[in-house]
Amino acid sequence: MDGIEQKETEENAPSVIDRYYTRWYRADMKGKPCEDHCILQHSNRICVVTLAETHPILQNGRTIKSINYQISNGCSRLNNKVSGKSKRGGQFLTDFAPLCRITCTDESEYTIYSCIRGRLLEVNENILERPALLLEKPFTEGYIAVILPKFEESKSITENLLSREEFESIISKRNVAESQPS
Amino acid sequence: MLPLKEKDKPIVQKLLSAGCCARCILRFCCVRVQAAYRQPQQDTLKELQAFICDTENSKSQDSAASEATEENNKSHDAAVSEAPEEPPTKRVKLEPSGTDAQSEEDAAAAAAAAAVTLKEEESHVCVLCLGILHQFCGASQAVKIAETVKEEKYEFDTLVLSVSLPAQLCVREHSCWLHVKKEVREKGLVLDKDDVIQVKEAFKWIMQGLVAKELGRGVAVVTRSAFEVGVEFIHEATDSDCHFLASACPDCFKPTKNKQSVFTRMAVVKALEKISDARFLKHYPCPPAQPSSCCSLQDVQCVHVSVFVAGRYNKFCRSLPQTPWVIDGERRMESSVEELIAAPILSAFRADGFNFSSSGREDVDVRTLGNGRPFAMELLNPHKSRLSRAEMKQLQETINKSSDKIRVRDLQVVSREAMSRMKEGEEEKTKSYTALIWTQKPIEREEITFIDDIKELTLDQKTPLRVLHRRALAVRQRVIHSMNTRFLDPHHFYLGLKTQAGTYIKEFVHGDFGRTKPNLCELLKTDTDILELDVESVDVDWPPVIPE
Ligand SMILES: [Zn+2]
Repeated sequence: MDGIEQKETEENAPSVIDRYYTRWYRADMKGKPCEDHCILQHSNRICVVTLAETHPILQNGRTIKSINYQISNGCSRLNNKVSGKSKRGGQFLTDFAPLCRITCTDESEYTIYSCIRGRLLEVNENILERPALLLEKPFTEGYIAVILPKFEESKSITENLLSREEFESIISKRNVAESQPS
Repeated sequence: MLPLKEKDKPIVQKLLSAGCCARCILRFCCVRVQAAYRQPQQDTLKELQAFICDTENSKSQDSAASEATEENNKSHDAAVSEAPEEPPTKRVKLEPSGTDAQSEEDAAAAAAAAAVTLKEEESHVCVLCLGILHQFCGASQAVKIAETVKEEKYEFDTLVLSVSLPAQLCVREHSCWLHVKKEVREKGLVLDKDDVIQVKEAFKWIMQGLVAKELGRGVAVVTRSAFEVGVEFIHEATDSDCHFLASACPDCFKPTKNKQSVFTRMAVVKALEKISDARFLKHYPCPPAQPSSCCSLQDVQCVHVSVFVAGRYNKFCRSLPQTPWVIDGERRMESSVEELIAAPILSAFRADGFNFSSSGREDVDVRTLGNGRPFAMELLNPHKSRLSRAEMKQLQETINKSSDKIRVRDLQVVSREAMSRMKEGEEEKTKSYTALIWTQKPIEREEITFIDDIKELTLDQKTPLRVLHRRALAVRQRVIHSMNTRFLDPHHFYLGLKTQAGTYIKEFVHGDFGRTKPNLCELLKTDTDILELDVESVDVDWPPVIPE
């Protein structure tokens, strides 16, 4: 159920995401500079993993060559199936579990990670057919995966993540550092 | 005169010696004449003693008794409960006056009878019924039961009496059956353990009339009624009496969460069916041993079957959930639709609780207008089960005056079966909505009119993320039959929708990460969001409309 919202008449009404989700971030994932991830958490504890706006894939006019959910010889996220209300059978992910690998036309390759512990509910198959979605709408239709944290961990999983303010302050420092001559 | 035959004599003799009460002996003689159980226990005992002492006239008496038995057996069904039987005094008069003289003639039998009488006086507790047909069957117990019923202030015309007995009665019954099996079988080819009158049955025969008399007001105690008065007996030695069965048939006694003891009546009956006679006799005395104490009356419980109430409700408030909204054990909103409706109904029917159901449901921030949404409530254990049409109308007014957040119409009592009509074919029903839409890009009046021409649009809806935590993941096809638009300003318009029930409107509007396709963002080529939603109609033709 959604919260109660005041009728928004302004043009700069909050986006659908901001109305229903809290944004969390992970900066420089696995120590790789600027590989920032974003996690959208719904009040019902469900999380959607997306690229952060600062991720290299979204910079410098890159285009995507391929997206691969086959993360090892034995494991493809495409084989993930959940059944019933209890979501039996979903792959269980830890913070650093890879979700997919994305190769850009400039041959740069990036791995997208889960960032949180939880059960994988679905991956976004639409971006396989239309990789451009990832670039055009990275926070909505270009999402990577949906993860359901354990009920008892629904509060603690965000402890390791950055709030929007914390993330923005990191980004502004990063920009300052980049602009300074070394 | 008790309807006993010569062939009953050895049974009576054996059971008297074993320490059975007079009524239990009648049960084992398969006597189905209810009046025989209703007469004072002491009189029956005297008659039985006289019967086993009397050998001389046995032949002539037997044939007479046999006729009487047949006649009584034929008529016993008609004589159930409601029909007042002859007063017990008449029965007492039928007792043969020459008992004492006759018993002196047969010294041996007299001695046996005397011993039995002594035993009876010493112990007072029947080895078979543990006192239920003796200490617990009488006017004072009927007063106790009637008082409990009166205290609860139920409104009823009829009631059914039910009895719950300690499980070891079955064990004792089985032991006694093995004790007299040969003799009972000799009475007739077809007689079996099932022909022995059950303790429950005899208890009801005796008590039904007495309870009805205590309650007065023309109340009838019958075999079938919406109002049940349950009498529960327990015994301290149930576990120790049944314990041997657990080692003999361990698979019959699996511990369950809800039950305090594994020795439930069901489990004991099952085990007794499995155990061989030889094994039973090895572990349990036959006839059963003298019990240390009587049963005790644990509880008298009254239950009225549920009453069902249906109607339609409007919800005029955007901050009212349909059912109490609790997150992490904490209440989020102070009220709910079901509570506002239920409170006056519960007090009118004086029910203990309720189950609320409706034809679909709306979110906390959604209003339900028009003729409203059909709902039905099961009222648990109502103390009042009938309301007149005028009283129902009054009740509806009370609900409507109690809050301006909701309104109820067509309030009526319905049957349990009729309730299922509400859920029937729910998927095929249509629902109409009005949504206030926000668009990211400015729109012009004529840019949205094409939506009015879209008909029978089929959506593929993945289970919305907002409910995915509690519902299974699936893709469902839903149809939007038609839409219409009303332009408001460059960023807002009203969208009317007529859809198949079960369509998620919010997700159709914002797209739910592209998980509902097609969606309004795609159709309008801009991000769209839903700011307000109203249900305009729920097209279910149940419950019937009640003209105002
Ligand atoms: Zn008895």
